[in-house]
Amino acid sequence: MRWIFAAIVCLMPILGLTKEATPAAEDPILEQRLVHLAKELRCLVCQNESLADSRADLAGDLRQQIREQMKAGRSDEQIKAWLTQRYGDFVLYRTPIKATTVALWFGPFVLLLAGLAALLLYLRRRRTLVSRAGLSAQDQSRARALLREPEQDRSPPGAAAGG
Amino acid sequence: MIPEIGHFALIVALCIACVQALVPLLGAQRGDPTWMALARPAAQGQFVFVAIAFACLAGSFVSNDFSVLNVASNSNSMLPLRYRFAATWGSHEGSLLLWVLMLNLWMTAVSVFSRRLPSEMVARILAVMAMISIGFLLFLLFTSNPFERLLPAAADGRDLNPLLQDPGMVIHPPMLYMGYVGFSVAFAFAIAALIGGRLDATWARWSRPWTTMAWAFLTVGIALGSGWAYYVLGWGGWWFWDPVENASFMPWLVGTALIHSLAVTEKRGGFKLWTVLLAISTFSLSLLGTFLVRSGVLTSVHAFASDPKRGIFILAFLALVIGASLLLFAWRAPKVGLGGLFGFVSREVALLVNNVLLVAAAALVLLGTLFPLIHEVLGYGKLSVGLPWFEITFPIVMVPAVLLMGIGPMLRWKEDKLGAAMLRLKWAMGAALAGSALVPVAMGQWSVLVAMGILLAVWVAATCVVNLADRVAQLRASTGVSAGGALRQLPRGYWGMLAAHLGVAVFIVGVTLVRGYEVEKDVRMNAGDTVTAGGYQFRLEGLNPVRGPNYDATRAVISVTRNQRPVTTLYPEKRLFTVQQMPMTEAAIDSGVTRDLYVSLGERLRDGAWIVRVYYKPFVDWIWGGAFLMALGGIIAVTDRRYRVTRRYERSVAADAANTVAQGAG
Amino acid sequence: MKSLRFLLPLLLFVVLLMFLWVGLSLDPREVPSPLVGKPAPSFQLARLDDPAKTLAEKDLRGQVWLLNVWASWCVSCMEEHPVLVELSRQGLVPLYGLNYKDERAAAQAWLARNGDPYTLSMADPDGRVGIDYGVYGVPETYVIDKTGVIRYKQIGPVTPKVLSERILPLVRQLQAS
Repeated sequence: MRWIFAAIVCLMPILGLTKEATPAAEDPILEQRLVHLAKELRCLVCQNESLADSRADLAGDLRQQIREQMKAGRSDEQIKAWLTQRYGDFVLYRTPIKATTVALWFGPFVLLLAGLAALLLYLRRRRTLVSRAGLSAQDQSRARALLREPEQDRSPPGAAAGG
Repeated sequence: MIPEIGHFALIVALCIACVQALVPLLGAQRGDPTWMALARPAAQGQFVFVAIAFACLAGSFVSNDFSVLNVASNSNSMLPLRYRFAATWGSHEGSLLLWVLMLNLWMTAVSVFSRRLPSEMVARILAVMAMISIGFLLFLLFTSNPFERLLPAAADGRDLNPLLQDPGMVIHPPMLYMGYVGFSVAFAFAIAALIGGRLDATWARWSRPWTTMAWAFLTVGIALGSGWAYYVLGWGGWWFWDPVENASFMPWLVGTALIHSLAVTEKRGGFKLWTVLLAISTFSLSLLGTFLVRSGVLTSVHAFASDPKRGIFILAFLALVIGASLLLFAWRAPKVGLGGLFGFVSREVALLVNNVLLVAAAALVLLGTLFPLIHEVLGYGKLSVGLPWFEITFPIVMVPAVLLMGIGPMLRWKEDKLGAAMLRLKWAMGAALAGSALVPVAMGQWSVLVAMGILLAVWVAATCVVNLADRVAQLRASTGVSAGGALRQLPRGYWGMLAAHLGVAVFIVGVTLVRGYEVEKDVRMNAGDTVTAGGYQFRLEGLNPVRGPNYDATRAVISVTRNQRPVTTLYPEKRLFTVQQMPMTEAAIDSGVTRDLYVSLGERLRDGAWIVRVYYKPFVDWIWGGAFLMALGGIIAVTDRRYRVTRRYERSVAADAANTVAQGAG
Repeated sequence: MKSLRFLLPLLLFVVLLMFLWVGLSLDPREVPSPLVGKPAPSFQLARLDDPAKTLAEKDLRGQVWLLNVWASWCVSCMEEHPVLVELSRQGLVPLYGLNYKDERAAAQAWLARNGDPYTLSMADPDGRVGIDYGVYGVPETYVIDKTGVIRYKQIGPVTPKVLSERILPLVRQLQAS
């Protein structure tokens, strides 16, 4: 019986009983380009959402405008310029690289390298510090006295702390 | 009446906190045992009153007392019971009360589980925690009173935000705050050690289980928040680098550095100052996070309604607590001695590099979060820093840290040779390379990013296996025990580390594969239409109207098949909450170990069709699975024998002493 | 000196504190307009009162005027409306309305109900002119000078304070030049 069911299901598209759903967008390829660009733009009325994800009215309006401009053949750069003319750099979700944002884009790596460099210097200095510290004269004589004693009264090594 | 009792209880708690902050601290300075002994009962007493206050607020919510402003603003009589309870912490005031409750919980735990600590230590720790409690209680009582009355009482409430009417709301904030606030214990330990001038391996051993526990809670809290956003927001995103998310992530990163640093201080007595600074920083970041979320300085979907007065108060509190701690640090630091010697290639250095990387990562997140503010304050105008920036820069810093995870545990303490360690790891590297080549192909398409992600994940997992094999072999060689015996001998701390590191590997697999291979289909559907994603067919069978306790909804019935075999039926809904008139989409998810099937309803179109969003998300649950595994590792590590042995030892010592006395008397 | 090194964390924290302190007085949701100081974008829109007639930006050159973006569905517009009505009665500066993403009938009814301070209102039903002006919320008000350059943008309702302290002094200054 199962194979009859399977046969019917396989035939259903041909029989026109199921329909493959149409994409929500009219032009899926353009839409993909739109989403890709809109992910890098900010929704102005939302709190931290991209233009692609936002359900706000203004976001929908802006997406529609971008769609039309893309159909008219304008490039991503031109569209971004069009938006920043009206809304400033705030609308760019991917922070632009300018003189004032150099600290943002390169700062973390500069900090990381600086941290590693500081670590290196510290390790070098530490080695000399520890070797210079040594033992005081009093401790040295005590150590010598202990070493001269016969090997007795030595408790067995305690269980090492785990892991 | 009840709200007034709650209000009064908070005032009493404040008074106790003042005593607790002052008397034991002075007692520790003067060596007065009676004054120091006040700390424990004071902490417990404070907890009782804070608990009473919390119970009063929760009771007001559950019993629908709309004469309380907070209840009228955040609840509704049609709200189901569990959400009425959770609405207690759904507002700024309520969540602050939760904060104070969690602080008191930890404080009481410290007062109970600290028998073997010297009394000056306990006195100072509890005094410091009391000072923090004072700050928050003052904040509550003066600017954010949850018990404020609304007279005349409202007929009904404005309802809890529909997005929060979810099991996630019941569990995520408490877990998150347990972690967030739990780092106050590590902070208090650090301050107590600085005040007392006693900073050594023993201090680290006491501090470690508390810190690891807080870290585990924070890990769970963040994971829950992420999972909740995933299924509630309707488009399958799970991390947005939103300021409030970052506010919880920064303490997590520095907290991870802290638990690694504590390991060194405990075992080798090294890094004492650095560990103390990390402990101060972790909790400072928790406090900073509290400020960012509640002051209105940054926009966020999570932010509570802001009020400049509140912002100023928290900023002042921040300045006082962190400023004083860092001043204390600067004053005491020069007097602390160096730890043991270690070579350039050693586990100590590996852990130090790990620390630098994690702190750099936290600094990165802080920079990204605050940069728009800094840019604007400097007069350069407004700009946005968000997901596009974070997802490029953050992995760059984390990749070296993940690679190091494989090498670090293989290195010996004090002195080792890099060549020898790398040789032992050649199998792991081979496995990682093989994985990075094969897995993407098996998934359908090879890509550089996926290959890199898999490389890292397999590297971490394989190095864990190699490390385990190594340890077992060492134990067998030195003690002649069998493999099974060796496994049993390995301490829980070690198993915890393995579990946590494996958790990272699992997490990376989830992130990589879902990013690389998820399929999204945005379609127009009428009844009978199908759409295919990821090899699964989704068919809209029909739509039905549904009545919920406080909402009306349209529910779609979507049958899912694969290769003509039925898989499941999903019921996504579009809800309209009656009180706030807010529409909300309730996604339907079929979760599986290897994939999630995710369907959400969009809008209804004019011709009667619906926009439906269908997602195939492979391995997405490994993201949270990995996080929970990490937390589990932390919990396993905390149950290590060495934190319990001392009690048995102390009991035997006490029994011994009792016997001696009895013998002496007899 | 060695011990000064340990003051570094504290110093960094103080710097952070100062930024946060200043940040408290800023509004993170406000998006300042890059159009201030630039020519007002041109438009030609149907008038609200008579759809057959249109109003263009160049028709308004030679005078200082205010452009107020409003809508009948906008709650905050009710806040500023009395202020605008009072301003129009004083006749200090012409006020033109941009009816943003609204329906003609609803808009006219709203004006009939609450008073019409506008010399003229024009309809922008799909919000395109609004986007050209960088509108992201309602209400917003622009001060435009005789040569058609935008001189000031008010985000949010016009309060009596903003009117007397920012807008009217600027208008007087521009009218004098």
